Amino acid sequence: MAHMAMMNKTDEAKFDGRALVKFGLLAGVVATYVAVIGMIATFSQRQVVAGLLTLGQVLLVAPPLGMAYFSARKMAGESGGKILAAGASIGLLTTLPLIGLIILANNTNIRIMFVNISPQLVNILTFGQDSVFVGVLLLLVVLALASVAGAGLTLLPARWRQALVMGVASTLGIALMSELFVVILRERLGNNFVRLFFQSGVMRWYTAVGIFLIAFGFTLFWQWRGTQMRGRLQQFTAPRQKQVRWSGAGISGIILLILPWALGTFLSEVLNNVGLYILMGLGLNIAVGLAGLLDLGYVTNFAVGAYVTAVLTTTSQYGLGPIPFWLVIPIALLAAMLTGFVFALPVLRMRGDYLAIATLGFGEIIRVLVLSDWLASRIGGPQGILALQNPSIGNFFFARPEHFYYIILVACLAMLFVSVRLNNSRTGRQWMALREDEDVAAAMGIDTILTKLLAFTLSAAAGGVAGAIFAAKLGTVFPQSFNLFVSINVLSIIIIGGMGSIPGIVLGAFLLIGAPELLREFQEYRLLIYGALLIVVMLRRPEGLWPSATRRRELQDAMDLTSHLGVVHSEVISHGQSANPSRMD
Amino acid sequence: MALLEVNDIHAYYGNIHALKGVSLTVEKGEIVSLIGGNGAGKTTTLRTICGLLHPRGGNIQFDGEDLSRIPAHHLVGKGIAMVPEGRGIFAKLTVLANLELGAYTRNDKEGINEDLEKVFHLFPRLAERRTQVAGTLSGGEQQMLAMGRAMMSRPRLLLMDEPSMGLAPVLVDLIFATITDINKTGTTILLVEQNAHKALQVASRGYVLQTGEIRLSDTAVALQNNAEVRNLYLGIE
Repeated sequence: MAHMAMMNKTDEAKFDGRALVKFGLLAGVVATYVAVIGMIATFSQRQVVAGLLTLGQVLLVAPPLGMAYFSARKMAGESGGKILAAGASIGLLTTLPLIGLIILANNTNIRIMFVNISPQLVNILTFGQDSVFVGVLLLLVVLALASVAGAGLTLLPARWRQALVMGVASTLGIALMSELFVVILRERLGNNFVRLFFQSGVMRWYTAVGIFLIAFGFTLFWQWRGTQMRGRLQQFTAPRQKQVRWSGAGISGIILLILPWALGTFLSEVLNNVGLYILMGLGLNIAVGLAGLLDLGYVTNFAVGAYVTAVLTTTSQYGLGPIPFWLVIPIALLAAMLTGFVFALPVLRMRGDYLAIATLGFGEIIRVLVLSDWLASRIGGPQGILALQNPSIGNFFFARPEHFYYIILVACLAMLFVSVRLNNSRTGRQWMALREDEDVAAAMGIDTILTKLLAFTLSAAAGGVAGAIFAAKLGTVFPQSFNLFVSINVLSIIIIGGMGSIPGIVLGAFLLIGAPELLREFQEYRLLIYGALLIVVMLRRPEGLWPSATRRRELQDAMDLTSHLGVVHSEVISHGQSANPSRMD
Repeated sequence: MALLEVNDIHAYYGNIHALKGVSLTVEKGEIVSLIGGNGAGKTTTLRTICGLLHPRGGNIQFDGEDLSRIPAHHLVGKGIAMVPEGRGIFAKLTVLANLELGAYTRNDKEGINEDLEKVFHLFPRLAERRTQVAGTLSGGEQQMLAMGRAMMSRPRLLLMDEPSMGLAPVLVDLIFATITDINKTGTTILLVEQNAHKALQVASRGYVLQTGEIRLSDTAVALQNNAEVRNLYLGIE
């Protein structure tokens, strides 16, 4: 243990004045950057709390706050005053580049080069003060306070910190979706009720405080009683436990069934897109997460599924049918599996980067093929295929997003079931062994060629089904829908959610597909946010936001090795022994 | 008839002629050591025997059956297991999952559990850490895991590639003691080592490999006393 403690000390960079300046200026550069590219101005159009706080202001204080938090964590063990002072200086340092920006904007015509450095931006940065001097002072104070708060977070006991973060996150989350809540609440509870808590679609201050307090209180309560309640559940007899679990599943089931009708058309459509990406994420996870085969051409399977469906269900001149959608699904699935199989054959001997590049090429081949003149007489080329028949049961036609929701739900549940089963199966083990070391896997008696083919083929199947539903949902198929970004989206979902983790993929799909749909006015910054998110996740949480049980254990074991804190040590050990893989800490 | 008979095999990496006619035999119940310097072809010989590499000339007979064209994953079922160089454990899987993968080709649940107990008996450290992720084990524990995993297929012939590599001297002693123990339970062992001294101590016979050819072969005792071996591989003037 003593040896490890020593290792740890030399391992960890000392946090000194230089590091402080570096982090402070870094936060400043980030804040200035988001200002210069116009993000702050655009985000300021969205209010979080009526008349008090805009999303732009949140974006402005986030870099110093976050940076102060991470810096303070590195200073763990120092005195509280020192940590708070460091936080304050990070906030003040952040302001420096911003002040430079304000002076530049007021005295030169920099707008010729940077369109977004507008008087309006200066107005936001100086909090609408007439005097620039007062405004800059205000900016200094606000950012310093924010970073003191960030640094102060590390001084709080973990449970209070968690409760605070949950409170703020819930308030922000609900604020971002407030317009939708307003629409739903107005339908159910009437206009007067809504006006009591919202002002033209934005939360009133006491609403925000209320939401914060509820989330804060609930988190505290859960930390206080949650372990007890779980303990009590474990004390129940087996049949009673089963009963509790089944009733939980029943309630979730009912919620899932009535969800589209509670949420309305627009949100159902958002859910549908999320669902399709969950389906594809779970599919790609077989290749990437389990078998370690980095596939950058997943869009191929999606496109095959969609075009097979289009050709078989359209009433236009390209149609071979039309035949019922329910028959088309298995055909699309088989077609995608066949494609996956055929495309896997030439890359069986490739590993790692080479495989990734080759599969990237496959994605492009499909994109070129569906656009080509060569196939235009069969699948419409750039014009795509129109007039797909809606799926139907008897006289009922699936036409609205609320209807398609159920098809997607069934597909997702089926894929979830398959994924969970595969994860714990012999085949799953085979894939994981292949991922870890191909040669050794072969030496253990695993047929690596067959195993790879199986991974590619099964992975493709989910993409095919997603494509089929996607085509039916739109009623048309256009080649533009099948570009590289589909592959990138699916892969990002897996990486951000947590490689190989099923709940992680669901979370990732909601975050990367659902959230952007709800924040459409910020569409132009979508890829930037994606990139930033990927980098932050890779740096701070390389195992993903909701990692699989093994990945989590692995990182905790690693922590066990490097940590010299007895407390952490015992926590890890107790965690390693508890067989409860489905819960996130 | 010998359990393993390697007859004049030639192996290539691309155009590089790595093995230039290697022949060796391993009798049932023996420990045979294959020693040699860096790049002598020790690992290549093992990789060829266990099917990861196919020889362009010569043949490999295991229990009277020609192995030269059989892919690696079929050899486990025939009774050959490998402890790869650098341990080759599945770093992100648990200790238990690693061991279970060792028994991948077997279907007899009871037998597997029995062998699992045997491995845990042989390496109590692994039993303590069965739910831990293998990548976080220490080097010695990883070597134990690799050996335990190989034992899980109930091999008749165990191929070991540099089991002492990168281990502390006290652990090297432990590993070699265990090799002897494994051998006593009836498993034949072909051992590739740079630590010639240790390898010849546990072995009954040895081969010295040099630039892809067998340079010397004799009983382990004779090799230990051979002037050239003492000079080149044991560092004794």
